[in-house]
Amino acid sequence: MKGYDLVELALRNLRESVFRNSLTTVGISVGVASLVAMLSLGIGLQQLANRRLQKSGLFDTIRVTSRRDLRSLSREEGESGPDALESPPLDESARQKIALLPNVGEAYPEIRFVTELRFQDKPHLTVVSALPSSARTTDAFEGLEGRFFSSDAAAEAILEKSFAQRLLGSSRNATTNPAALLGQQLTLRYGERTAMPTPASATSSDNQPDMAYSVTAHYENLTIVGICDLDPDSMRGQARARVFLPEQLAEGLHVMDPSNLRDSTNMPGGSPTYPALEVRVASPRYIPTVESAIREMGFETFSLLDATKNLRQFFAVLDVFLGIFGSLALTVASIGITNTLVMAILERRREIGIMKAIGATDRDVRGLFFAEAGAMGGFGGGLGVVLGWALGHAINAGTNVYLKRQHFPPAQIWFVPWWLVASAIVFAILVSLVSGLYPASRAARLHPVEALRYE
Amino acid sequence: MTGPEGNSIAVHTENLCRHFRMGKSLIPAIDRVSLEIRQAEFVGLLGASGSGKSTLLNLIAGLDQPTSGSVVVQGKDLAALGREDLAKHRMRTVGILFQSFNLIPSMTLLENIELPLRFAEVDRAKRKEQCQLALERLHLGARAHHRPSELSGGEQQRVALARALMNRPQLILADEPTGNLDSRTGAEIMNLLLECNQSLGMTVIMVTHERGLAERYAQRLIFLADGRLVEEGETR
Repeated sequence: MKGYDLVELALRNLRESVFRNSLTTVGISVGVASLVAMLSLGIGLQQLANRRLQKSGLFDTIRVTSRRDLRSLSREEGESGPDALESPPLDESARQKIALLPNVGEAYPEIRFVTELRFQDKPHLTVVSALPSSARTTDAFEGLEGRFFSSDAAAEAILEKSFAQRLLGSSRNATTNPAALLGQQLTLRYGERTAMPTPASATSSDNQPDMAYSVTAHYENLTIVGICDLDPDSMRGQARARVFLPEQLAEGLHVMDPSNLRDSTNMPGGSPTYPALEVRVASPRYIPTVESAIREMGFETFSLLDATKNLRQFFAVLDVFLGIFGSLALTVASIGITNTLVMAILERRREIGIMKAIGATDRDVRGLFFAEAGAMGGFGGGLGVVLGWALGHAINAGTNVYLKRQHFPPAQIWFVPWWLVASAIVFAILVSLVSGLYPASRAARLHPVEALRYE
Repeated sequence: MTGPEGNSIAVHTENLCRHFRMGKSLIPAIDRVSLEIRQAEFVGLLGASGSGKSTLLNLIAGLDQPTSGSVVVQGKDLAALGREDLAKHRMRTVGILFQSFNLIPSMTLLENIELPLRFAEVDRAKRKEQCQLALERLHLGARAHHRPSELSGGEQQRVALARALMNRPQLILADEPTGNLDSRTGAEIMNLLLECNQSLGMTVIMVTHERGLAERYAQRLIFLADGRLVEEGETR
């Protein structure tokens, strides 16, 4: 019998016992729904964790430092790249080279300094840090009050919430709502570093002029444009900053940094260097190759990639467990399919005999029962995916209501990818076909004379 | 295969046996039956209930297989055929008519007579046309989408005959075809069988216990008793 005839006959047979077959199909769909809901929950949680981690910048960022740095003196023998004293300086030229490496999104200097801020004529000592425009996408700005910097060089500042509250506490403002600070002015007081020519006597042995700086006090007026809940730099820096400036503006300030003092003694004639660079790569999977390329250039690197491996392993195990629990209902449903088809054989024994008498082969009869099992699996799978999707939606909605009550931001903890939809339907069909194996072969083996004699 | 008078042989059995085991005893339903039926012959198989008529018909139909001996139909020894080839034999070579019609109750008339064509893998468009035509010929065209339960016995048997003829078999095996019909509708069915035999040259083997009916339509009668062939003879 041709394939489409088999399917057509199977569907019409299913319609004949519509109630019983519908119940069996619903059984399968409940099984598939539980499987889809469980797995989509696992996938959703994994994606949520990945999204949070990616936004935090912890796993797609490499911190680059110079080997001339004191911390690098203890580095192990046998590491790639040149030795500390022969290693290149971490300056603008190095930054540009690193930024051009494959899969590197951006490389920007870590600018972080302790300085004085004046608000309503009151001084406040705090840590100031620069943020690149890419930081706009980090989760620290999900609950941002106000806005992000209008440009990379704008004279604007974003304050960390607790610092903003500190400013308000010491000010004449009656309110403690940090949003009241938006649009107000803040004065940054800092020491500007200016390169200056050195006396002729102060030249190094290789006739290169040594570096000299003059440091002068400067003021920069900043407009407060945003208040953020979390530290956007999170764990990346050594110190937690409270005030954030646009990267280009901060660079242009030429704030005197302790490392400049060191450079003045060990960096003959060179340009100013950076204490550290933050290198963001397109995806955490490129971290090892980019790290190795940077090391080859003679710099030290640090990343937190290994932590994601453990995380991925955890979610793989979680997915397996959720899949097993989800499959239990499908196993019960498969027993239902076998039962339904065995009942159908008993009821349709004479019909099978008639079909054999007019020319149906064993293969036709087996195929017919297989097609019926497969059709129930297909319908059950399709319905199950819809049910699972609805269940996932409900769990997500319920979780978000709970999160809202606990004052947490909403989260998407459930996700159904297209491959899960396709796999769930295929799996349901396969399970149904396996369940149909015994009934189908039993129907095919029926002796036509005995089947015709059956009343 | 050709017989002594030059006619081709449609069915030939030699020492055909079909025994059934019932507990410890062995029941010989067919016991050493040897016979020949020529092409385009109309034969009546007669005998009392339990004489082995239906068992012999089942063996010729390929629904059952002999315990020993041979049954050769249209040149093929059915005892040597596997299940798949026996199914093809039932589909292509023979058309079977049952006393209880054996139409599938959940299917319409059209679907019932379409079924052998589905098994024969005939194209959908061609078989729809063929089935509709067959129903028109039997004056049941308007009832194509009715279910068997909505038809009279005579109409159901006409549909069963149409189904048996769908794959144009060379042999029609009718097991008490008028057993559930009144005499008028029974005569209608018998006339259709006669038409198949005379106009289309089909061999007809009819099992019946009505000697009068068999004598009216069959050319030859074969009598069975206790599974054995006891008598045979021409009717005209």
